[in-house]
Amino acid sequence: MIRSFGQAEFLYLLAAARWTVLLSLVAFAGGGVLGLGLAIARTARLRWVRLAAAAWIALFQSVPLLLLLFLVFFGLALYGRDQDPYVAVAAALSLYAGAYLGDIWRGAIEAIPRGQLEGAEALGLRPWARLRLVVLPQAVRIAIPPTIGFLVQVVKNTSLASIIGFAELSQAAQFVNNLTFRPIPVYLAAAAIYFTLCFPLTWTATRLERRLLGRVGANKAQA
Amino acid sequence: MGGPTLHFGAVWAAADRLAAGAGLTLALSLACMAAGLLIGTGCALLSAFGGRGARAFVRGYVETIRNTPFLIQLFLIFFGLPSLGVSLSPVVAALVGMSVNAGAYVTEIVRAGVLAIPGGQVEAARALGLRTGRIIRHVVLFPALRQALPALGAQFVLVLLGSSVASTISAEELTGTAHLLETETFRPFEVYIVVAGLYVAMAFALKLGFAGVERWVFATRGRA
Repeated sequence: MIRSFGQAEFLYLLAAARWTVLLSLVAFAGGGVLGLGLAIARTARLRWVRLAAAAWIALFQSVPLLLLLFLVFFGLALYGRDQDPYVAVAAALSLYAGAYLGDIWRGAIEAIPRGQLEGAEALGLRPWARLRLVVLPQAVRIAIPPTIGFLVQVVKNTSLASIIGFAELSQAAQFVNNLTFRPIPVYLAAAAIYFTLCFPLTWTATRLERRLLGRVGANKAQA
Repeated sequence: MGGPTLHFGAVWAAADRLAAGAGLTLALSLACMAAGLLIGTGCALLSAFGGRGARAFVRGYVETIRNTPFLIQLFLIFFGLPSLGVSLSPVVAALVGMSVNAGAYVTEIVRAGVLAIPGGQVEAARALGLRTGRIIRHVVLFPALRQALPALGAQFVLVLLGSSVASTISAEELTGTAHLLETETFRPFEVYIVVAGLYVAMAFALKLGFAGVERWVFATRGRA
């Protein structure tokens, strides 16, 4: 007998969405650590450090996430690891998110006027203190809207983890579709859950960006 | 301890199939960039010059696409439409899905470019007696597109990378070809590392090409 798509099936999708959320958080944390390192390296004094970080970012922004997932998944298998999708998915999504966050945060760091750094240096602040006291507090404010915007991409792209067998929302939707043969309601329901997760983030990012632009405009008007 | 040994022989033997897959990936991506540019420009103009209803429609389209995964959009088109009596082949479904998806992002990019045009310029053009069609073309659209070029270039690279998702509905583009080779050769890592290299090459070529377009457009600035 073919099951119908009812409340129980919808609740099943909803329950699977918690893996989407968890995976997004893991990817964001892993990508955040990697991205911060890349952003700092990208703005470093040493030329070869800057170039190496730039090459890393350019490379990982040119490989489709799907391929990254396969490479990490089958790469780990080569080293005799169990074909455990959890580690592979977390690693691949972190590599992906790190490359984009590194680029976003580099832009935020470079947006700080050079004179401020020179001023901090003239005051005798050491490099780490310059970064911590002068650059980062301002850069964080600039970086928040695009970072939240990118988080939406991360949430949506966790759907690709279903392809290597990770049981999150999209995988659950495919499973329910195979039971019910009702693709339109099933995938629309999945889309609605994704939308509910993503839209508040998109909305917040747009609001914050507008406010930030307003502030820059006000500063210019004052000057 | 040595690393695992890799064998690329079976991958090189299938070079012609990989080339065909890469060709389909490029064709699919370029077609969807063009379609996305048309959809996006149309929607951006509709939202800037249309009425309330048009604006709400564009906003609904953009937010729906931007806040749901491409994979689910593709599944709705490929698996969902047949139950409404519309059956599309994998490549056509990918073409439709990628174009609709890219269109939403291009709308946002072009809209930002349109918003950056100072209102005074449109008023000045009106005061000079230009018709609405000419104002839209010369005062709004061309400068807006020029301003949007860098963001459009970045978006086009994302279209190319995103086309790999079409393999999930069994389109035989580059990633789909890689799946087939993987099951034939049992050398998944070797297949995917070569294919990843091909994507990197195509993405870099696209970036270089777009940089050329940008230089050319900015060089001909006065002639728009």
